[in-house]
Amino acid sequence: MIQFDNVHKAYRVNGRDIPALQATSLQIGAGEIFGLIGHSGAGKSTLLRLINRLEEPSGGRILIDGEDSTALDASALRGLRQRIGMIFQHFNLLASKTVADNVALPLKLAGELPRTAIDARVAQLLERVGLSEHAHKYPAQLSGGQKQRVGIARALATEPKILLCDEATSALDPQTTAQVLQLLAEINRELQLTIVLITHEMDVIRRVCDRVAVMDGGAIVEQGAVADVFLHPQHPTTRRFVLEAEHVDEGEQRDDFAHVPGRILRLTFRGEATYAPLLGQVARDTGVDYSILAGRIDRIRETPYGQLTLALTGGDLDAALARLDAADVHVEVLR
Amino acid sequence: MLEKLLPNVFWPEIWQASLDTLAMLGGSLLFTVLFGLPLGVLLFLTGPRQLFDHKPLYRLLSLVVNVLRSVPFVILLILMIPLTELIVGTSLGAIGAIPPLVVGATPLFARLAETALREVDRGIIEATQAMGATTRQIVLNALLPEARPGLLAALTVTAITLVSYTAMSGLIGGGGLGDLAVRYGYQRYQPDVMAVTVILLLVLVQLLQSVGDRLVVRFSRK
Repeated sequence: MIQFDNVHKAYRVNGRDIPALQATSLQIGAGEIFGLIGHSGAGKSTLLRLINRLEEPSGGRILIDGEDSTALDASALRGLRQRIGMIFQHFNLLASKTVADNVALPLKLAGELPRTAIDARVAQLLERVGLSEHAHKYPAQLSGGQKQRVGIARALATEPKILLCDEATSALDPQTTAQVLQLLAEINRELQLTIVLITHEMDVIRRVCDRVAVMDGGAIVEQGAVADVFLHPQHPTTRRFVLEAEHVDEGEQRDDFAHVPGRILRLTFRGEATYAPLLGQVARDTGVDYSILAGRIDRIRETPYGQLTLALTGGDLDAALARLDAADVHVEVLR
Repeated sequence: MLEKLLPNVFWPEIWQASLDTLAMLGGSLLFTVLFGLPLGVLLFLTGPRQLFDHKPLYRLLSLVVNVLRSVPFVILLILMIPLTELIVGTSLGAIGAIPPLVVGATPLFARLAETALREVDRGIIEATQAMGATTRQIVLNALLPEARPGLLAALTVTAITLVSYTAMSGLIGGGGLGDLAVRYGYQRYQPDVMAVTVILLLVLVQLLQSVGDRLVVRFSRK
């Protein structure tokens, strides 16, 4: 759906080129929720804005649905933008217009529908995001979560195939964030909408994304399925994000369990294996004793996972490892 | 009683002068907005890091605005006489006062409008761009509606400045309350006429300010 071929971008500041995005190639498939995570200045915002050409690339090719967007003239570009919705961290709603008029704006600008058809579409969109009773209020009268839902309704007005989310939940509290992410996941399913979102929170990626790219210093340093990247991060930046998601402070060293006897393993369970009574069985059958040193059981989108750090003592250790391996548990021997 | 206190005040003349002042104010305000708003939008759009960022044009417009604003209005009044005769056929009376008033107030309003437009959140412009809007659509559907409270405040300031300009235009025979103040109050030394005209101008300014303030509140949705 979205393809970047060697796209790069530099800003010209005082006669010098400041690189914002190094040569990047990327593929985002139709209907997937693709996350871009990075700290501020990592280039994720630039990358997102290259998709609807709010930023002009310095070089490379960007294909949207097979069409080279870098070759479009001004009017074709406006057509492309009408097929790409966008929501923002600070919502960017027009304070001077009612909720209904905000949602109607993209349709009015496109100028293709008569007023009555626009009204009907707006009513339907507000119904979808659960704001029908607020149609005649002004944005200032709404809560943050409601404002973002207006933003989503507005972005969907022209029935786009792609939705760009620019830190869409960063200004919201955790509960509202969960609701907005839920709504994004629903519309992704209902409309087969391709969603590209940028964030600096791994938790957002974990909850809604199918795939993720981690950005640092204007380049993608790691990408893949969210479960793979989240459970087995390779790049130091990715590791930091995962630690943040587990609420471990960056400065705080993780316990190396030096005083704990035995072999120390980290087990990663995915899917149904997470809930299987595996550890007890293995311990009984091989005679090893285990103690759980650290652990987390959660979900990545709908998939449950568990990650446990164990100390094993006594019994037949090799047999225990073999059993775990056979049960599709990812085992890392830490010591 | 009133006649003893204000022996020189001839009310029909005051009434006529008030109407002239209102006519000058209304006429000049109309044309000031007609010329000043597009100029303000152009100043905004060509400004640094804006939609039509264009340094040479911005500098040229800026220079014209600054030059006009730095000419004292009294000088402008006199300098404009030949041009005014060319445009409206006379440099006298309420009609003759309107061209210099417009030339004097347009740069002020344009600058104030530019500032009001800059107050609009850049994110609003970006969001409208992302919808596929043309620059014209962005200006008409997003910038101007969002800047409306600021533009109304600018209009209020401009209207009040115009009131004092209309009074000054009395110096060169512009008609209105200022003219009355000059001819009777100053030249014939009739302080009662002076007092009445000043009070009427004060009332007008107060009225404009409170209407302006109310409109700003009415259209502020923040």
